[in-house]
Amino acid sequence: MKYLAALAGLAGFILLPHFIGEYYVEIMILFMINLILASSFRLITTVGDWSLSHIVFMGVGAYTTALLAKYLGWPFWGTVLIGGMASAAVGLAVVFPLLRTKGFGFFIGSFALGEFIRLIWVKFHFPFGGPRGMIGIPSIELGDIDFYEATPYYYLVFIFTVLCQVVLYRIDLSRTGRVLKAIYADEDLSKCIGINVARYRAMAFSVSAFFAGIAGVLLAHRLGAIDPKNFDVNTMVYLVIWVVVGGVGTFWGPIIGVAIMMVIGEAARPLAEWRPLLFGGILIVFLTLLPGGLENLILRFKEMLEKLRSAGESQPAE
Amino acid sequence: MAILEVRNLSKRFGGLMAVQGLVLDVEEGEIRGVIGPNGAGKTTFFNVVSGVYKATSGTITFDGTRTSNLSPDKIAALGVVRTFQRVALFPNFTVLENVNMGRHLHARESLFAAVFGGQRQKESENLQKSRDIVDFLGMAAHRDELASNLPYGLQRTLNVAIALATEPRLLMLDEPVAGMNPTETQEMTRIIRRIRDELGITVMLVEHDMRTVMNLCDKITVIDFGEKLAEGLPHEIQSNKEVIEAYLGAEDIVA
Ligand SMILES: Nc1ncnc2c1ncn2[C@@H]1O[C@H](COP(=O)(O)OP(=O)(O)OP(=O)(O)O)[C@@H](O)[C@H]1O
Ligand SMILES: [Mg+2]
Repeated sequence: MKYLAALAGLAGFILLPHFIGEYYVEIMILFMINLILASSFRLITTVGDWSLSHIVFMGVGAYTTALLAKYLGWPFWGTVLIGGMASAAVGLAVVFPLLRTKGFGFFIGSFALGEFIRLIWVKFHFPFGGPRGMIGIPSIELGDIDFYEATPYYYLVFIFTVLCQVVLYRIDLSRTGRVLKAIYADEDLSKCIGINVARYRAMAFSVSAFFAGIAGVLLAHRLGAIDPKNFDVNTMVYLVIWVVVGGVGTFWGPIIGVAIMMVIGEAARPLAEWRPLLFGGILIVFLTLLPGGLENLILRFKEMLEKLRSAGESQPAE
Repeated sequence: MAILEVRNLSKRFGGLMAVQGLVLDVEEGEIRGVIGPNGAGKTTFFNVVSGVYKATSGTITFDGTRTSNLSPDKIAALGVVRTFQRVALFPNFTVLENVNMGRHLHARESLFAAVFGGQRQKESENLQKSRDIVDFLGMAAHRDELASNLPYGLQRTLNVAIALATEPRLLMLDEPVAGMNPTETQEMTRIIRRIRDELGITVMLVEHDMRTVMNLCDKITVIDFGEKLAEGLPHEIQSNKEVIEAYLGAEDIVA
């Protein structure tokens, strides 16, 4: 049943570009890139750390691929891996001082360090292009396929999204994933049964930066141009809204969050400059009234249904 | 040679000396009781030995290795594992998952294995060990229950199970029967004795329940105001004047 649903979902994604206009194919490309971003962000939150720098690691991947492709002419297949690894490496450097902090301190500290990286892009005109960023990032070539077109790019991003999600899902279910949740549940107990908490926090942060980096590579080659503003705190707030709306308790929460919020975002286009107000309102509603996000709501709904069903089943016996 | 050697151990919180100049030897295979009035510094002592707090001064040596400057996970890896005075478990995990988390030191899963699942053999061994421990503690019927749904007494038992899963050489229990009813207390007492007798694990326990302490312990150390007040066999402690005075009005020490 589960496999069938997954299969149907995959088939839907594969067929989709043939039924929707190019504009929506572009939206779907962004949607899938955002999925990688949100699911990798969740990995950090499972250990209890909330980072405000995740979007910056998307930038590290984007700048890395832009530099390698533009100046060195590297092919996408090389830069995508290097982009992810560069991001993971910077993540490791950033998380090191952050490990001394927790909760709000981590939140603010990660913001400061992320801004520091962004400042490097702003200040160094060579090679990062300063505030105006980098333009003319080559599109991807592979044999006869022109990835400048939306549909081929859609499939490329689709493959990467599936790969990233599968890996993140496997980590979530693995013992390593459970160790992260154990640390979140009780750090002192975790330490006292031999878990190296700092090591696992650093690992979660770095691995999640790796995937953010890959998302950045995919974004850079689609946009063709990037600048430091793409990766600023405004964009980060959207990411936070997605995962707050979806919830981080299960693997599916952030995915639901991205889907719902992108639909709302598109529907609310006519609101123009009032849109941020709407998003802010949604964030506040979820933080105050629906902590745990939509996934929590769905879980509670399921529980209710099950109760109703078992109540219905026990009735004939009377 | 003692398996645990504590020398002139002190822990200060601001102006308060919670542990002061403590000297203590625990022999391999013994069950040691640590008692004292509320606020005497017993839990603080456990926190320092397990590495949760850094000692202000003094040294701790476990089986010849200086542990007083190590982090809790390193100390646990050496075989010194403690439980907490509070209920400390992973509420969203089942009983078996909780105990299996205690197998962390015997799992050592790499990131690669996490993604590609390369350690199935080892993991099924760990699960088997965890099941054995659940059975050993008489919790088989609750194996797949969520830890948060367990009654209090079983949660306390699960705390011990998690610690036991690490395969410690020295198990430190902070008030293992606190809040338990008489039946549960008896059962836990029996378990602790079996941990030492059948598994050969050295046990050090803090406990206010004097009947349990006197029943179980080979030797007892009494702490008051962070300092060692007395040490000796249960019957010696029971008839020690200073000890009785320290406890006067607080509890009836004659079990
Ligand atoms: N983290 C801390 N910061 C400041 N003071 C502390 C801290 N932990 C313990 N104390 C103080 O140290 C003293 C010893 O506390 P501790 O918890 O070790 O006592 P205890 O012997 O375990 O008492 P009980 O039998 O009530 O558990 C107390 O006065 C307590 O208030
Ligand atoms: Mg205590």
